[in-house]
Amino acid sequence: MSRQTRKPKARGAKVTTVVLLRLYVVGGAPNSVQAIANLEAICREHLKDGHRLEVVDVLEHPRRAMAEGVIVTPSLAKLSPLPSASIVGNLSDRNKVLLALGLTSKAQ
Amino acid sequence: MIATRSNTAHPLPKLPTGIEGFDQLSRGGLPRHRTSLLIGGPGAGKTVFALQCLVNAARRQRSRGIFVAFEERPRQIIANGATFDWGLAKLAAKQIFFMDAHLSPTLVKAGDFDLAGMLAMLAAKKDEIGAQWIVFDGLDVLLTLLQDPVAEMREIYRIRDWLAENALTAIVTAKLEERTSEAVHYGFLQFMVDCVVRFHRRQEERVSAPSIQITKYRGSSYAPAEFPMSFGPAGIEVGATEPAEMAHEASSERVTAGFKRLDSMLGGGVFRGGSTLITGVPGTSKTTLAGKFAEAACRRGERTLFVSFDEAAEQIARNLTSVGIELKAHLKSGLLRMYSARTEGISAEEHLIKLRSLIREHQPRCMVIDPLTAIAKAGSVGAARTVANRLIYMAKDAGITLLVTALSEAEDPRTESTDLQVSTIADTWIHLSYLVRSGERNRALTIIKSRGTAHSNQVRELVLSRAGPTLTDVYSAGGEVLMGTLRWEKEAEDSARKTRQRAEFDHKRRELQFAEATTSAQIKALQMDLERQRAELALYSGQDEVRNVSTSARETELRKRRSADPADLSARKSGNGAAK
Repeated sequence: MSRQTRKPKARGAKVTTVVLLRLYVVGGAPNSVQAIANLEAICREHLKDGHRLEVVDVLEHPRRAMAEGVIVTPSLAKLSPLPSASIVGNLSDRNKVLLALGLTSKAQ
Repeated sequence: MIATRSNTAHPLPKLPTGIEGFDQLSRGGLPRHRTSLLIGGPGAGKTVFALQCLVNAARRQRSRGIFVAFEERPRQIIANGATFDWGLAKLAAKQIFFMDAHLSPTLVKAGDFDLAGMLAMLAAKKDEIGAQWIVFDGLDVLLTLLQDPVAEMREIYRIRDWLAENALTAIVTAKLEERTSEAVHYGFLQFMVDCVVRFHRRQEERVSAPSIQITKYRGSSYAPAEFPMSFGPAGIEVGATEPAEMAHEASSERVTAGFKRLDSMLGGGVFRGGSTLITGVPGTSKTTLAGKFAEAACRRGERTLFVSFDEAAEQIARNLTSVGIELKAHLKSGLLRMYSARTEGISAEEHLIKLRSLIREHQPRCMVIDPLTAIAKAGSVGAARTVANRLIYMAKDAGITLLVTALSEAEDPRTESTDLQVSTIADTWIHLSYLVRSGERNRALTIIKSRGTAHSNQVRELVLSRAGPTLTDVYSAGGEVLMGTLRWEKEAEDSARKTRQRAEFDHKRRELQFAEATTSAQIKALQMDLERQRAELALYSGQDEVRNVSTSARETELRKRRSADPADLSARKSGNGAAK
């Protein structure tokens, strides 16, 4: 019973909080390196338990990146939960990133 | 690969754009493996130009290209391109790759970004399809998003280096508002690229006239002027000027100007490949002469193009039938092409481009433009003037025998010079006018000039009949030219005088005959008189002898009767004879 009551609770909480992110970068390009660092910091602070981050190096997967609609790098895509969002830049403007990812309320 | 031919003349290899006129003024096209920048205001034709380069390269050289669209969606661009006869949708599937680089308005920008990823993707695409051309359309849209001049410059450098590495011939387009001073990065962009082409669009008397100008071409000569441009079915066409040097083959072959008497006035017709101008006020039969010229050309079996303005071709053909000019059969056989152009709101440039494409389609040997002055209806006269000149040289280049008519506002042919100034470059100039006398209008034809021809300087009357136009001699009496009824009167008068002269002559001859007869009669009479006198003289001599004989006979008788000596008688008789 207890397991039954706890499980959906835990699952439900996880489903709503797990944020699926994909970051497109270019190898060791300064903006890309910066973006990875900035995003990791944001995740550490605001998405402690529920996030999955995939980093795609466009140099290694150019066709995939093109198929997925990448235009400039670095660029971040929030795939879930909806609404999805796309952010370009090295993510140095933290407030903008949080706003775009829908994490502002938690931050405040 | 194509430009290797011109390697000796230009150190810079070029790729032809295939855009009518542009390859001429750029002396061969855009620099190969270099970057060209197209700048201009919105709707000036940058995107069309860039896309047309890709289309032409794909269709003519089978080379492939990448089109990176920053401003519009590829779907939209392909739909817009469907207005041209490019078959773009088909090309877009295989030979031209469109990359949608249109940044969504919901996109959030958080910090600096760059194009390293995009260029990596494009490099992969380029290798995949073997692209030779690349277009960055609306790069300014992306650069503006950087909001940092230093970053913009950095990205421009990045693109340049990437292009150099990848051996691509690139076209970059960027918007430029003509009224604002150029932003720093455009100046820098212009510095970076090897060729800069500017697009203008300005208002000229109700007509928006687009134009194009090369403002920079590193390592190459180019025509620096601003050239008119227009959008035809094949895309952009640039009205490049004809080569400065005149190199037309002068033909000595004559073709008929329409009918015999006109030809004889021109010393045998007009020269093949020559241009003839017919001026005149409305209603002086310019179209009739033009129609006759076209009909004669078709009869020789030559492809002919008849261009008219604001009047349906069928209507012109029907009207010409009334003066014995039959064009319908030639229209049906396809030998003759009649095209009627609208003039309202169409600039001279657009007319020229339309005519050029008509010439290309129909390949005529003879061409009529009736009236050429119609091209000046919309837009500035200055533009129409250069167009008229270019049109004539264009026909000359193509070896087309051209006949153009021009409406003159006044009777004096010299007023034509205020209009399009075609008369100076036309080879033959025929002027038609009305002479009004005694309540009659009659058409007069004068040849004002005809190069390389001993032409008649006399005025002739142009007479129209069901059998077609012809010329008749005119009378000049007391320094005036007589026509129509006056001419007829003069003719009648002349013929009466001739009759009178003939009668007078006959009379005189008879008089002379009479005199001759009289004289010879007199001679006869005198001769008869002479004979009579001779006879009389002879008679007189005879009587004397008779008298002598009778005397001697009487003496003998007397002697006989007196019994005289006969010897004595004979002595007297001989003495009588000696005395005689």
